[in-house]
Amino acid sequence: MSSDGPAQTDLGFTDPNPTLGPKYGVVKAFAIPIVSVLLAFAVGGILIYFQGVNPFTAYRVLFESALGDSDGYLRVMQKSTPLIFTGLAVVVGLRVGLFNIGAQGQLIVAAIGAAWAGYHFDLPAVVHLPFALGFGMLCGAAWASIAGVLRAYRNVSEVITTIMLNSIAIALVDYLASRPFKEPDQPLSRTPLISDSAALATFGVIPSGFVIALIVSLFFGWFLIRTTEGFRFNTVGLNPNAARYAGISVKRTIVLAMAVSGALAGMGGAVETMGVVGRFEPAFNAGLGFDGITIALLARANPIATIPAAILVGILRTGANSLQFETGIEPEVVDVILALTLLFVAAPIVSRYIFRINAKRKSKSKGRS
Amino acid sequence: MDDELVLEVTGLTKRFPGVVANEDVSLTVHKGEIVALLGENGAGKSTLVKMIYGLYRPDEGEIRIKGETVRLSGPREAIRRGVGMVHQHFQLVPVFTVAENVILGNEPRKLSFIEKRKAIKEVTALAEKNGMAVDPKALVRDLPVGAQQRVEILKALYRRADILIMDEPTAVLTPQETDELLKTMKGFAANGVAVIFITHKLREVLAIADKIEVLRSGKVVGTTTPAEADQAKLAQMMVGRSVLLSVEKSTSSPKEIVLDVVGLSSDSDIGLPAVREVNLTVRSGEIVGIAGVEGNGQRELVEALTGIRKSTATKFAINDENAIGADPHEIHSMHVGHVPEDREKDGLVGQYSIANNMVLNRFDEPEFSRRGIRNMDAVNGLATKLVKEFDVRTPSIKTPANSLSGGNKQKVVIARELSANPSLLIASQPTRGVDVGSIEFIHSQIISARDNGAAVLLVSAELDEVLGLSDRILVMYDGEIVAELESADADRAEIGRLMAGGHAVMAEESSHG
Repeated sequence: MSSDGPAQTDLGFTDPNPTLGPKYGVVKAFAIPIVSVLLAFAVGGILIYFQGVNPFTAYRVLFESALGDSDGYLRVMQKSTPLIFTGLAVVVGLRVGLFNIGAQGQLIVAAIGAAWAGYHFDLPAVVHLPFALGFGMLCGAAWASIAGVLRAYRNVSEVITTIMLNSIAIALVDYLASRPFKEPDQPLSRTPLISDSAALATFGVIPSGFVIALIVSLFFGWFLIRTTEGFRFNTVGLNPNAARYAGISVKRTIVLAMAVSGALAGMGGAVETMGVVGRFEPAFNAGLGFDGITIALLARANPIATIPAAILVGILRTGANSLQFETGIEPEVVDVILALTLLFVAAPIVSRYIFRINAKRKSKSKGRS
Repeated sequence: MDDELVLEVTGLTKRFPGVVANEDVSLTVHKGEIVALLGENGAGKSTLVKMIYGLYRPDEGEIRIKGETVRLSGPREAIRRGVGMVHQHFQLVPVFTVAENVILGNEPRKLSFIEKRKAIKEVTALAEKNGMAVDPKALVRDLPVGAQQRVEILKALYRRADILIMDEPTAVLTPQETDELLKTMKGFAANGVAVIFITHKLREVLAIADKIEVLRSGKVVGTTTPAEADQAKLAQMMVGRSVLLSVEKSTSSPKEIVLDVVGLSSDSDIGLPAVREVNLTVRSGEIVGIAGVEGNGQRELVEALTGIRKSTATKFAINDENAIGADPHEIHSMHVGHVPEDREKDGLVGQYSIANNMVLNRFDEPEFSRRGIRNMDAVNGLATKLVKEFDVRTPSIKTPANSLSGGNKQKVVIARELSANPSLLIASQPTRGVDVGSIEFIHSQIISARDNGAAVLLVSAELDEVLGLSDRILVMYDGEIVAELESADADRAEIGRLMAGGHAVMAEESSHG
């Protein structure tokens, strides 16, 4: 008997090193998220049906408007970009055993930070782009570090602090956008447009922010598996006692991981500002951080799997508006589908049951005396 | 014991993917009989009892309970038929009282309200009847392990179990608690309860079993009785070859002082003094054993010495280097190996592969990483070598540590700690929950580390282990080192008295004979 280890959040990752990891995990790791998404669509379909619309028509509209033409592709990629970043932010937190609910706050603080860095300075693009991006990341990291330090040194739950910091962040950026950073001579609470030298270009239908997001995801996939720092992250997340025993500073790792998490969320906000919106305008960033939680859980805390998970959410968010326009269904049905997906992923009883029917005898193993 | 057959198992086979956990196992248990299931980790003991308890369904074979052939749908049905099980890992609600835990699932009710007073009365009566001292109103989380186990047993008895299965009940107990438990088990048998107990401790088996079933690789390889068998014979049946039960070692030749501690004190988790002004030296080439009933500050002492726990000291030096205030990383780099008492909690990351566990505290050393990037070839190379050298039974170095047996997990920890050639090895309960074959191996590894010049500090609740391995023995009681003995003149009874608080118990010496 051996499976009674310390209680840990089961995110479905065993050994984070795939070359060393057990093979059995692969099928299971993909099965539950996929089944969960399908189940969520099925239940969502029932809701659509009761609004008097054929669910198949509705879903066709949803996907066609997102994937039907090159405009759709561009919108999906634009929508997915910050989601990849916030998803990664939550993933990095989960790996160290932290639940960063504050990606939203970190993202908006960074978005306005990048906007300020973008309009306030006049620099050559080679300097201005990395400066604005870096400044945004720094804002996100600093914001998240408040929670990280409190967790590491005062053992205050990061769940609570990040939620509270979200509210503070909203108030802070509202103030900044309506007072010191406000665009002069017009009624809206928003910053001026950033200089061209700080704007991220779009190549054809491919926004450069999206490319950055892919690279960063791949980097973190590598980082968590191949670097000593990644090993520290994973060890602290899987067994903090063993980490302490092994000479890893749990406090330092928590502070660092939280800062990295915040920087990632911040990158999402900065890229959104510099690549899509062009300035800071509060309404444009709503919900991006919270979708990051769904994405991270759907990706089962795997940085690479964050990409498809974020794109899926991006498609749904992009298609939601056409859904209302063409079928009259409230776009909130997408929220319902995402919430159900999260529910099925977090409580995978139903998926497991369905999966077990297929793989009846394969599951039970181990546990001999 | 009388002749009434309460459980009859014939031809039971259970397969898991890749392994046959039980093959054609047959077993009979009579009313009031104590049957010991003896076998190494992985021999299939737990699988067998899990089938009897309805947790697994057999692939082949038949289970007859009290003459009736059953196909158990689950533990609920097993319980209904009088089968009770005390798990190795307790299934208790820590924040509930003893009485609440015992009645949970079978609450005495009136108008769907739980009758607490009645429950407490019933539980008290049950405990008294079976000679088990436990306060029904105490919260389970406040109880020591031995008392928690009594609650588990009461739970089974409360559900009127007359076939009681106990999965390694003594693995977590101190010697005193073990003696008490064995006495209690004899009492059950006298009351007509059939007891099936799993263990790999030979002495216990010989002390109380009526019948001994030895399992190896999923099969029953022999049935015997204490009258016919002795420890050596049982060990041989279990392992399939002859086993050295007593530790063979040459006399030590201690050299320079490696660990030098003067006036070390440390607090427990709740801030009470746990280690009081301990003085201690360990020399290169000797094994110093610390004997003591668990909970007398040994854990805190080990954690203080390895930098995990804060401590104060007049002097704390390792190889003449000051170690006061050092963190675990710094202590480790002073060439200290540490086998922690709880390997699953502290010593391993269960979800990690064996390979990653083999470098758990060395992953960032230059050998295994360069400029922050891990050298997986070196890690895998070391793991492959150590798995072979330390005889870790595993399909692959990629296997998660979780899925290994206790003995093999411990071998991973020992391999890791010894492979770094420590000049000081601190080993805490190095063979707890480990099978006989592995115990022999681990002991010989510790001795060869000593012979190669390591200073070894051994902490163990198993008095036999301390006596067998140590060159010098310290007895710890209430946070203090109360005696120091050369192992040559150490006497079991004398140490037992010192462990229990010295002179205080000497007055009632006869009970310890």
